[in-house]
Amino acid sequence: MGNLIRSKRFWLIAPAVLYIGFFMAVPLGQMAYVSILERGDYGAVNWGVFSFDAYASFLFERDLMDNLMFNTDYLQIFARSFGLSAMTMVFALVLGFPTAFYISMQPQARRNFLIFLVTIPFWTNILVRNYAWMLLLRNGGLIDNGLAWLGYESGGLDILYTPYAVSIGLTYTYLPFMVLPIYASLEKLDHRLIEAAFDLGADKWRAMTRVILPLAAPGIAAGCILVFIPCLGAYVTPELLGGGKFMMIANLIGSQFGAARNWPFGAALGFVLLAFVLLSMMIYAMKFKSLPEEKL
Amino acid sequence: MKIDTSNPLWRFRGITPMAMFFFAYLYLPILVLIVLSFNENRLATIWTGFSTDWYRVALSNDDMLRAAKNSLVIAVSATVIATTAATLAALGMARQRFRGETGVAAMLVLPLLVPEIVTAIATLLFFVAIGVQLGLISVIAAHTVFCIPFAYLPIRARLDGMDPALAEAANDLYANEWQAFRRVTFPLLWPGIMSGAMLSFIISLDDFVISYFVGGAGATTLPIYIFGMIRMGITPEVNAVSALMLIISIVFVSISFLIDRIRY
Repeated sequence: MGNLIRSKRFWLIAPAVLYIGFFMAVPLGQMAYVSILERGDYGAVNWGVFSFDAYASFLFERDLMDNLMFNTDYLQIFARSFGLSAMTMVFALVLGFPTAFYISMQPQARRNFLIFLVTIPFWTNILVRNYAWMLLLRNGGLIDNGLAWLGYESGGLDILYTPYAVSIGLTYTYLPFMVLPIYASLEKLDHRLIEAAFDLGADKWRAMTRVILPLAAPGIAAGCILVFIPCLGAYVTPELLGGGKFMMIANLIGSQFGAARNWPFGAALGFVLLAFVLLSMMIYAMKFKSLPEEKL
Repeated sequence: MKIDTSNPLWRFRGITPMAMFFFAYLYLPILVLIVLSFNENRLATIWTGFSTDWYRVALSNDDMLRAAKNSLVIAVSATVIATTAATLAALGMARQRFRGETGVAAMLVLPLLVPEIVTAIATLLFFVAIGVQLGLISVIAAHTVFCIPFAYLPIRARLDGMDPALAEAANDLYANEWQAFRRVTFPLLWPGIMSGAMLSFIISLDDFVISYFVGGAGATTLPIYIFGMIRMGITPEVNAVSALMLIISIVFVSISFLIDRIRY
């Protein structure tokens, strides 16, 4: 310990680590603690009074006679979140893999530029990106007018504020996270292996499915996690493109701190979401020996 | 390894059209938004003629300017604190490995792993529990957390790419540790620090979810204001403000990437 305090390295690293520890690790621990507390009468929480109500209320609600009733409302929101995230992951993979492959086939200077193009939207405001899709998708918007111009009935698109719109927006938002790790693994790929496959009589389909895809597997897995996980926690897209009608987990959590005012329940949901995220990261790290983040 | 992409053997059917579709999908909404922000029509999505009126309307909206000022104060404060802490941490983490390094490294990128909504409510609960008044200060404190990894990663990458012989040479030439840092390491690290600072600035300026929960009434940021406007309806004024935010982000990120490519 004395050595530690004297070492210069400790004092260099300490501010950042202590800051994150105090303003993030401690709050996360406290959130787990709040999730097992009793809900206060006027919102907030009864500190020090323990209760598992928050976890029970995920599946059961009390009716007027104080009987526990099975309630699938929240389960439906979780199912919708997982379904939309899985769908988004598949869309992102179908679009992202060919794009990553295409980029990896370009000359070096062009590759860097294309990768830069892929990352730019990530740095722009998420509200603005989703708002842009509202302009495109709404009735009387650009796509609707385009269809009308092609001879379809105008005003008949009716896609904004549906799960389809949410899915389009989610795919748009998280697409770069699919391309970057796949590109990173394709870039390292030894092309002699593919040539060898051709020499041994493989056609393109076989070279792709038997050589390229298996070699890109760690990148594909990382991309899938990096799309699926943030998708599960998406707040803005369901709020704007779903019009608040198609809640996902994050919106349910948020509403517990707004009108619903059930902090322990919100904390419990947050804790479940966090546990799920950390668990998938750990499984990935054990399988591929590094965190997906390091691939970016 | 170089490959001959003109060789038809390397052409997989469908790859190029798919990539073209990808880039169109990525940039169509951005282009549409920017084009429509110059539309003179009140109806926001029907083009009738070029005009910069909506920018004038947006820029003379006092509430929005106040929100923009809040955003700026928050972003600058969070960036300065986060970049300073991140630079020190990167200097401490570089070179020799040490026990517990993996844990420390995980802690430094923890804010990137935790879903935004979870960070937002955990921080809110924490501030309420310790009795911190929600406002600009609480938002700055919360933003600094997620700005640290965004500043740390480019600085660390730059340090790792630096030739250790340069600092050793300074020592051989009788520079003391501080002089070696001040005259050799720091100037070489500077582009990394700038790049990290710009990324934290933009990520703070763009943040919505965390500010929304931790901000309270007194700290309406520009994204929160825009959210309110979008909720009220699609108007040409929102188009103009959104296009402005978009352009600011793109300019900053481009500069950050250009700085990062300055040679060692």
